[in-house]
Amino acid sequence: MSRVEERPLLGVRGLGKRYGAQTGCLDVGFDLWPGEVLGVVGESGSGKTTVLNCLSGRVAADAGRVEYAARDGRIVDVLGLDESARRRLLRSEWGIVHQNPRDGLRMGVTAGANVGERLMALGARHYGQIRGLALDWLAQVEIDLDRIDDLPETFSGGMLQRLQIARTLVTGPRLVLMDEPTGGLDVSVQARLLDLLRGLVAELDLSAVIVTHDLAVARLLAHRLIVMRGGEAVESGLTDQVLDDPQHPYTQLLVSSVLHP
Amino acid sequence: MSGPALEIEAVHKTFTLHAQGGVTLPVLRGVSLAVAPGECVVLADPSGAGKSTLLRAIYGNYVPQAGRILVRHDDRVVDLVGASPRLVLDVRRRTVGYVSQFLRVVPRVPVVEVVAEPLRATGVPHPEARDRARAILDRLRIPARLWPLSPVTFSGGEQQRVNVARVFVVAYPVLLLDEPTASLDAEARGLVVDLIDEARGRGTAVLGTVHDAAVRARLATRVQTLSDSVAA
Repeated sequence: MSRVEERPLLGVRGLGKRYGAQTGCLDVGFDLWPGEVLGVVGESGSGKTTVLNCLSGRVAADAGRVEYAARDGRIVDVLGLDESARRRLLRSEWGIVHQNPRDGLRMGVTAGANVGERLMALGARHYGQIRGLALDWLAQVEIDLDRIDDLPETFSGGMLQRLQIARTLVTGPRLVLMDEPTGGLDVSVQARLLDLLRGLVAELDLSAVIVTHDLAVARLLAHRLIVMRGGEAVESGLTDQVLDDPQHPYTQLLVSSVLHP
Repeated sequence: MSGPALEIEAVHKTFTLHAQGGVTLPVLRGVSLAVAPGECVVLADPSGAGKSTLLRAIYGNYVPQAGRILVRHDDRVVDLVGASPRLVLDVRRRTVGYVSQFLRVVPRVPVVEVVAEPLRATGVPHPEARDRARAILDRLRIPARLWPLSPVTFSGGEQQRVNVARVFVVAYPVLLLDEPTASLDAEARGLVVDLIDEARGRGTAVLGTVHDAAVRARLATRVQTLSDSVAA
């Protein structure tokens, strides 16, 4: 796509979070452009999930600034939002895909209701239309339509993750934050989910920040990477460049430690 | 339309292996060359001289330490050394195609979608992209029964043709070809050579490596070595 947007969708500067004496993340900054997928990679404890949680407001950042260019053209100071404005933003313009789908789904209501209630939260009231859209989305994420009235409890791990993705994307978010979206899934299920995510991101022209420890997942999904260690971003760049010609000693170690089956 | 489509000026590339005591491997030491529209420049150095490294540096896959890599992108000239990832991605999407020696794809994605994807990235609607993908797969004699399958299980020669297909399906003004005919039989080699000739006829600037002497003689409008280009 030949895009000439002059303004990033999300601008992050000097993001920092301490947990007592521990550094969560320190001076993390990046721009995310429309249609772009940014991968945040690193090992456990590197601060990658902290960055994501600071963006979504799940964790309160101690330092930094996050600017989001909203649908109506306003620039939103994300860290300065009060709780209700933050919830409104998360409901209407952002989507979050949790590593554990149970954190993003309501396990007590049907698959169809899980998808439909996000629409209702945005004011949709026409039952037939809501159900129609729910069916559309279940089909998009390759869940059998005759499962629409089943409870998520009866779904496999891969299906739960796909249901969470349908629930997240049904409202047409412009920015999606994903934490290890393929973590905890069998490899064969992972491949299918990766393919699905890649297709949806391209089709819907989504922007996304994806946290993963899996460099192969990052290679296939992300346009750009940030490599984190000890709460700091040690390297960033084009995904294939960071993985094929890593500059920082830590990135070289990380890349050279991956097993290739 | 005047001036080169691709111009490389004094590019240096050294690899530093931090995990191995900081060993440095200088590979490119001041390489310069230019490729005009409609030219096919073939690099004829022996293995290990840095031909693939140069192609990867041009594609933004490797980071040069010094020099300029100038590409005509739309109606302006951009320097890819130190360019933002966003600009490099845009150049890759619309201006520079790269046939590597490896096929890297998402498992389980059908070959027709693998080939359609670069077209879709340029904004071509899905059905048309799929049609054009089928046409080029057909032209490269990938049998239709394989189109719904993932290329992961294909033979080396078939994978190589998929690699060629997913680049030639888009009419990039600049092509980087790293051994595009290696691992192909004589018939497939001929098909790829024809595609390259056609692209050149349209004014595409081609820079590549070809070991096979006969194919090289057939394709190259100019043969150059990296050491020539340093002296130049």
